[in-house]
Amino acid sequence: MATPLGLTGPETAKAYAQISAGFAYGLAAIGPGIGIGYLVGQSVQAMARQPEAAGMVRTTMFLGIAFTEALALIGFVVFILLKFA
Amino acid sequence: MLLGLDFPGIDHIVKNRPIFSVGSFHFNKVGLICLIAGGLTLILFAIAGSRHALVPKGVQNVAEAGVDFIESGIVLEVIGESGLGWMPYLTSLFFFIFFCNIMEVIPLFQIPAPARMAIPLVLAMLTWVIFIGVGIKHQGAGYFKEALFPPGVPTALYILVTPIELLSTFIVRPFSLAVRLFANMLAGHILLVTFAVLTEALFRARWFLPISAVTFVAFVAFTAFEILVAVLQAYIFTILTAVYIGGAMHPEH
Repeated sequence: MATPLGLTGPETAKAYAQISAGFAYGLAAIGPGIGIGYLVGQSVQAMARQPEAAGMVRTTMFLGIAFTEALALIGFVVFILLKFA
Repeated sequence: MLLGLDFPGIDHIVKNRPIFSVGSFHFNKVGLICLIAGGLTLILFAIAGSRHALVPKGVQNVAEAGVDFIESGIVLEVIGESGLGWMPYLTSLFFFIFFCNIMEVIPLFQIPAPARMAIPLVLAMLTWVIFIGVGIKHQGAGYFKEALFPPGVPTALYILVTPIELLSTFIVRPFSLAVRLFANMLAGHILLVTFAVLTEALFRARWFLPISAVTFVAFVAFTAFEILVAVLQAYIFTILTAVYIGGAMHPEH
């Protein structure tokens, strides 16, 4: 059976796992990257406009980063599983 | 030469040979790091607690700064006055995770304990049990009704909302809490290993020697960055635990 990579047998699954490992992390990093950038940018703006609220904004910012970042980290775990498991 | 760089496999990076074994029980470096981190936390507060100097210095200063940071930066900000009873748990959680994480950059240890899934998983399950316990203690069985059937939602929408809430509150929460710490520390560990291996390989390859200076500087910079990550991840784990406990204490209506 011909496959897109021209591989046959048990090599195929391994090759696809290696390729998709790269895609898994690369694609998973796009969304959270945009999200964290927007989140921190807005937080900096809020802190600059209202410096007395900086403490509260910073706490909320870290919480927001933690939640947004989780998606990228799950992508990283998927990468590890595909690449090495 | 360089393209044939033999990068160590994942087993080589995170698996440690047992220091000693009793039957099927193995004690390795990660276990040792956990014991040391727990011991350091105990010793830090035992020493700081035994002194009552009005003007703190040395160990007492560190402990007081940590307690103050967690009280004003985490508990009062996220839970409020009623959360002060959770100060001891959150403080020891913060210091334990911090000491576990900082082992990443300390010579001879050089692996953060949370880079093995077991450690963050146990800590996350502890938090999971605690926030459900707090919810039941403060709201009784109404806690589950509150969590699964949030008020103010049209009845027909509960078909959609309840499964999502069940999944996000009781399954995804502990999972993401554990994975966040695990993946951050493992990623940092792999980053440091990559630069250490790369620097050594470039140093040995004759023509690439000047480039090894660049990777070495990057290695030092990433080490500093990982110290920051170690503190930040301990902070994030503690603050999320506080948020979950606070959410279980006060129903949102």
